[in-house]
Amino acid sequence: MKSLLRPLHSLFIFYVEGFRNMSSWGKRAWLIIIIKLFIIFAILKIFFFQDFLGRRYSNDAQKSEYVRNQILNPEDKDD
Amino acid sequence: MIENIDPGLVDWSRAQFALTAIYHWLFVPLTLGLSFIIAFMETIYVKTGKDEWRRLTRFWMTLFGINFAIGVATGIILEFEFGTNWSNYSWFVGDIFGAPLAIEGILAFFLESTFVAVMFFGWNKVNKKFHLLSTWLVAIGANLSALWILVANSWMQNPVGMTFNPETARNEMLNFWEVLFNPVAVDKFLHTISSGFVFASMFVMGISCWFLIKKREEIFAGRSILIAGIFGLASSLFLAFTGDSSARTISKVQPVKFAAFEALSEGKENAPLVAFGVLKESGKKIGSRDLPEFLFKIEIPDLLSVMTEGNKDAYVPGIIDRINGNPGKGIISVAEKTEKGKIAMNYLSDYKKARENKDNEQITNLLNKFKDKDFRDNYFRYFGYAYISSPEDVIPDIYGSFYSFHMMVMLGFLFILIFSLALIFLFNGTIIKQKWFLRIVLYSIPLPLIAGELGWILTEMGRQPWIIQDLMPVSVGVSNIGKASVQTTFWLFTFLFTALLITEISIMIKQIKTGPTH
Repeated sequence: MKSLLRPLHSLFIFYVEGFRNMSSWGKRAWLIIIIKLFIIFAILKIFFFQDFLGRRYSNDAQKSEYVRNQILNPEDKDD
Repeated sequence: MIENIDPGLVDWSRAQFALTAIYHWLFVPLTLGLSFIIAFMETIYVKTGKDEWRRLTRFWMTLFGINFAIGVATGIILEFEFGTNWSNYSWFVGDIFGAPLAIEGILAFFLESTFVAVMFFGWNKVNKKFHLLSTWLVAIGANLSALWILVANSWMQNPVGMTFNPETARNEMLNFWEVLFNPVAVDKFLHTISSGFVFASMFVMGISCWFLIKKREEIFAGRSILIAGIFGLASSLFLAFTGDSSARTISKVQPVKFAAFEALSEGKENAPLVAFGVLKESGKKIGSRDLPEFLFKIEIPDLLSVMTEGNKDAYVPGIIDRINGNPGKGIISVAEKTEKGKIAMNYLSDYKKARENKDNEQITNLLNKFKDKDFRDNYFRYFGYAYISSPEDVIPDIYGSFYSFHMMVMLGFLFILIFSLALIFLFNGTIIKQKWFLRIVLYSIPLPLIAGELGWILTEMGRQPWIIQDLMPVSVGVSNIGKASVQTTFWLFTFLFTALLITEISIMIKQIKTGPTH
């Protein structure tokens, strides 16, 4: 078990040391990544980019029927 | 049929997607190209053991890291837009789009969480050869990651390897290899990554020239110019070759786009290639659309015929041939395609009625009809034409297509000249004295990026009105959502991406001014 955990522990230490010894630009870049991911997933995805079909229909058969109707009558705006 | 769809919604949805894609593409090319330049430099370091090459590698790796950090995940927003703004389209494309995007996501995740970490954290912690391997894997992985996105995009330009299932209203993959080796995908992948190589080379050369102008780090700058100059020249020559191949493929699979970006109204034998031209209104119309003519042009005789058919006497069809048809040349008209599209559409309508009437025999017959190869190749392939009310509606913006194509090509030749001159000046030892040239290279940094964006504008505008060539017009693919919500997110993205871009440029400028410190 110990021999199995040793590589994982080394990997963990590799990442921890990597983050700890990061240069100032690296820390700033990570801050930007975290802020960006927060905006993308916690704001944009939840409030502005909900799955149009998933929000209206619970299964694939209903989604198929809706899209089939849309293809046949694209000007039909009623859900 | 589609006249009643709010054009404002379609236009705002298109504008939003274009904005996101254009901004995303500001970050991607540098990642694609710089990763290879770093790999070349690190290979020389490992081979020679000279610390100067390690210094070079680490400096350019820092700039790669900044660009990577700012650009990462900006493409995810495009996938959000598919599900929200383009739900009809997303459902219709089915697993054709899903499979490549899933492969890209998995590849990107493993690449980003493992080998990029080794690249940045692994100096002095892993052995030199493993570090070098990681750098090469990042370069190869980043470019392979682009492959899958481009395969998906190419399917939209030339849908192949699938069958439409009227029960699910989705396209289902019949042949993965046909989708992967779609001729458009092969050309697009090679052309796109080589455009990234050219941008990265110009970026490295431009910054190195700045160091030379400032009389700093001259050995470092000279070696960087050497690597970027060779890579840039080879890539820009390859770019011209793949561009030529790409145009030939487009002439076969998207012939109206091809005729539009050559502004070729009437077909001709011994067709010349317009190297440079200015368009003006001619007063000549096809339906309600104006067909421009040239106010001024420089032509290369016969070259368009040679490039498209390999024969100077070959007939190159123009826009009029493609719209009205030309039976003598085996070209069918848009009106005929519309008739065939309507037949396919009627079968889908019959299928819907059969389901409502629970007519199982008719359902089975119609399912088999859609699987039938003859029906697929001769009727369903024109499905989207059923929505076209006027034949001229399939003509894209001729002015936009012509100018974006020709400006892109002219810039491409300029890059060959710049890289060649850089190598000549470097090898004869006069590059430091050529202040004019150093400034030109510095100010040319954004030009390959502009050329790349023009290429994408041509690709996407040139295939209008289609979101999927010949199968679905853009207005059918759009979701029935409020225009206001699309407008809101458009401005949100403008703000977000501009902030990211300013951040990237400011961090990069600071690091460049600091210079190679390791």
